Amino acid sequence: MSDKIKIIEKHSRAIRWFHWIHFPLLMMMIWSGILIYWANRIYIPISDQLSESLRINGRLAEGMGWHFMLMWFFTINGALYAIYLIVSGEWRCIFPNRHSWKQAFFVLLHDLKLTKKNPELTEKFNGAQKIAYTLILINGVFALITGLAIYKPAQLGLLTEALGGYEAARLEHFIVMVIFILFFVVHILQVMKAGWNNFRAMITGYQIIKPASETKKGQD
Amino acid sequence: MNESNKVIEVDAKKLKLRLTLSILTGVLFFSGLIFAYNHISEDSSDEEAPVAVRTFFRLNESIASAPQKAIPLCVQKPRPAKGKPPRVNGDEGLKSPIDLNSYVIEVISGVQQLHLTPDQIKQHPAVDISTEFKCIEGWSQPIHYKGLKFSDFMALYNVGKKSDGSYYKYVGLETPDEEYYVSIDMKSMLHPQTVLAYEMNEAPLSLKNGAPLRLIIPIKYGVKSLKRIGRIFFADERPKDFWTEQGYDWYSGL
Repeated sequence: MSDKIKIIEKHSRAIRWFHWIHFPLLMMMIWSGILIYWANRIYIPISDQLSESLRINGRLAEGMGWHFMLMWFFTINGALYAIYLIVSGEWRCIFPNRHSWKQAFFVLLHDLKLTKKNPELTEKFNGAQKIAYTLILINGVFALITGLAIYKPAQLGLLTEALGGYEAARLEHFIVMVIFILFFVVHILQVMKAGWNNFRAMITGYQIIKPASETKKGQD
Repeated sequence: MNESNKVIEVDAKKLKLRLTLSILTGVLFFSGLIFAYNHISEDSSDEEAPVAVRTFFRLNESIASAPQKAIPLCVQKPRPAKGKPPRVNGDEGLKSPIDLNSYVIEVISGVQQLHLTPDQIKQHPAVDISTEFKCIEGWSQPIHYKGLKFSDFMALYNVGKKSDGSYYKYVGLETPDEEYYVSIDMKSMLHPQTVLAYEMNEAPLSLKNGAPLRLIIPIKYGVKSLKRIGRIFFADERPKDFWTEQGYDWYSGL
């Protein structure tokens, strides 16, 4: 049967490509970064047995090779994404406005099951999402800045000193990674909670507007 | 954003096709990435970094070592306490026994061949520098070092230049037993903080730190600061480099 389905065009093609290109890049940057960090693991200790099973021991050269290759793609894709947001005007979708903070607070209460009232959504993203997506973009900029400061601490000595010195910049670069991982974990949980219709929008671009029976149909 | 919230009606079959095509694109995309990763990882004829990785090492090097750009000085750091032992890391090339009383450093520059004792190096005006030493493993520490600036050494002994007056492109250094060896670009060797050092933290070099004479080049990772210099030579072809053979970036500039 060829019935009509109501949809919205949620994510543009460009956004979807930026998203899916950045996902493996971020994973590879975190992985290769951990291989580098592991040569001098001073912040978070884990047992040798665990690191052995994760196969991250003694792979410094490999980590540096991938990290300093993929940093280009990570930076270029991130920059193109930022430029796209500005040029298309879609920055308004993720940039928090004065309502976002209050809304984010209630979204948080709802997600922690402290209130049943779910804030009514009038835009593409709720306040909590806007804040998270904006912060993670800023985090990406910090990844680049702190990364450069520890990659070229002689050539970019002023930058390194501005960040508190080489060792401080190393720690800052590490924290940037931890924030990426935290974002990733929460993002995955939220996407799982939101369900297939929402996730499919990041693959196809469209999101089906109820009724529920037709939403289900998309699942086979 | 108003447009993205606009509700439209679409044919169900069309949506299904769109979903199929999107998933297919995704599968192809991620398969391509996995293929590329495997291809790159295996694409190495020796122990050195994979070819694609090496290409990016060289790209990054060409930006860092652009000829019109001078390498700035490493930031000065407070001098560590006098006599504080510098951190010891790695003993490649230091395992063979040596006799400090009969120690000679061989210098080869074209047809010129010199044999210098550490005392001869110490006769010349020394520089002392306090800055941060950075290991490729990730640790760093402030060090003080004293010795003969490498550019002064080249001028004093008239080495490092070809008969036409131009510099050789590379400097090679080796330990006496030839177990450890590095090669460094001439521009970095001429940097004013690159020193043939015989003192660290205001004490004579210990054997583990490279006595009687070592290189300290703070604009590179510590792997390039070869300990216990047995031989210095100049070349236009890049001499072999210990850690590059293990997959590390040859340039290793900071």
